[in-house]
Amino acid sequence: MTVAWTAQGIREDFPILGRTMRSGAPLVYLDSAATSQKPLQVLHAERDFYERHNAAAHRGSHQLAEEATEAFEVARSTIAAFVGAAASQTVFTRSATDSLNMVAHAFAAATMLHARGREQDSRFVLGEGDSIVVTEAEHHANLVPWQELAAKTGAELRWVGVDPDGRIRTEDLASLVDARTKVISCAHVSNVLGGTLDIAAFAAAARAVGALFILDACQSVPHLPVRLPDTGADLAVFSAHKMLGPTGLGVLWGRDEVLAAMPVVDTGGSMISHVTMQESTYLPAPAKFEPGVPSMAQAVGTAAAADYLTSLGMPSVHAHVSALAARAADALAQLPGVRVQAAPDAPPVSAVSFTVDGVHPHDIGQVLDDDGIAVRVGHHCAWPLMRALGVPATVRASFSVYNTESEVDALLVSVERARRFFT
Amino acid sequence: MSIEGMYQEVILDHHRNPVGKGLREPFAAQAHHINTSCGDELTVRVALDAAGESITDISWDGQGCAISMASMSILAESATAGSVAAERELHAKFLELMHGRGEVSADPALGEAVAFGGVAQFPARVKCALLGWMAAADALDQATSQR
Ligand SMILES: Cc1ncc(COP(=O)(O)O)c(C=O)c1O
Repeated sequence: MTVAWTAQGIREDFPILGRTMRSGAPLVYLDSAATSQKPLQVLHAERDFYERHNAAAHRGSHQLAEEATEAFEVARSTIAAFVGAAASQTVFTRSATDSLNMVAHAFAAATMLHARGREQDSRFVLGEGDSIVVTEAEHHANLVPWQELAAKTGAELRWVGVDPDGRIRTEDLASLVDARTKVISCAHVSNVLGGTLDIAAFAAAARAVGALFILDACQSVPHLPVRLPDTGADLAVFSAHKMLGPTGLGVLWGRDEVLAAMPVVDTGGSMISHVTMQESTYLPAPAKFEPGVPSMAQAVGTAAAADYLTSLGMPSVHAHVSALAARAADALAQLPGVRVQAAPDAPPVSAVSFTVDGVHPHDIGQVLDDDGIAVRVGHHCAWPLMRALGVPATVRASFSVYNTESEVDALLVSVERARRFFT
Repeated sequence: MSIEGMYQEVILDHHRNPVGKGLREPFAAQAHHINTSCGDELTVRVALDAAGESITDISWDGQGCAISMASMSILAESATAGSVAAERELHAKFLELMHGRGEVSADPALGEAVAFGGVAQFPARVKCALLGWMAAADALDQATSQR
């Protein structure tokens, strides 16, 4: 794959990359899996919205309100198209975490309403004997909401294990999933191991028993060409801030029929079609899941981020980012005492986690910080995965469109400096 | 603040050769503390004399970064055989140093623990230095309140 742009050439779009850090070293930002940096195009789009079109979308009939509504809905269409979806299937939330909680709460709501004799789609009703299946590699955002849902409904939480070498035991699905499995949820790309999960296997397991398949696409949508309707997922989530967009906006995508069957969770203004003192009826999706004045500037900024990535071309983005990740993973594995924590058969998309024998990740991170290199150290909100890998924590370098090969090389030099300092 | 200023030689020494590591019996109370942001954990046991006034042993185990391991080790070395009251005073001084953002000068009474003055300039690492001290204070409170 030839890439028509260079990271060096686009770095000017990201003013923060010109910073120097407290030691005087230039910033080497390798923490995009936590949050990406934002190009000027995104900042300008948000600013332009506030300077020229700001008003409450979906309310009022003055010209500004019309313009705000138009900007917001055009942004929705752009973001939907970016993941191959229709606008009607694309719900805005506060974050991917919020999207996942919303889905888990919808199951709880359906279960409660069902118990009170209200008609509900049986796919969303849980009880004892039912099960929820996740993996041991999940981010806490795709684990804890399911633990809570299991506690509320009596359903059992089960998980696909991870081997000490980072391999996800997808084959366990055969013994974990049965006719009473109602939910299967997994990450598309692991935020720690860095590789892609065999989501076709998860989708097939769900389809075979009529369970809903929920995809956490947080770490795939920023780096891969993803068409959510083709993933086999019924529902999927991602966060704007990891794909060059602003903070404060998440997406919940769903198949039309699934969003129609899913009960509302948060309620209030702009999601209703009719209200009396006794009861209310709700608008169709996506509006039924979006009470209150929406995050308009964030949506406009996220659409600018999607346009930015589209102009680079997602196949090129993937080629560039995965090449940097592979370069880092291969070279790190050659350093004495360094272990790359990744499944042997799942090459990294963007994130590369590693440990150094005898040196704690925090101490490595401190030396890297001293060299101006920003990486994440710790459990990466995947504490059970750390236990499965048999490590207390890892160092994680993650790459984005603006990173260069020389930054990978700087990482390697700094890791070696850290190892020598502590051992 | 250079990396050498943060990880002073005493810190690296205690990290490499920790004092008091390995849980021991008998003990009056123990506490297990976790640094939730990074997953580091420590268990600390304290043993007191018959009067409950002196610390006869501090033993600990756990895993964590050089900062958390060294600060635990220095505490174990300095507090063992001292009085409970003296350890509480030391604890207050250490807290003041660590929350001082590098602007508080260390009380010489802290002994080797003055070396953590550099760490106080890094807000994200203050919790590492305090992990063992908080666990020890907790164990000490339990041990003295049981009496
Ligand atoms: C795989 C994965 N899922 C979920 C999340 C949660 O995303 P957010 O914090 O934006 O809600 C993250 C972010 O770290 C992630 O990497």
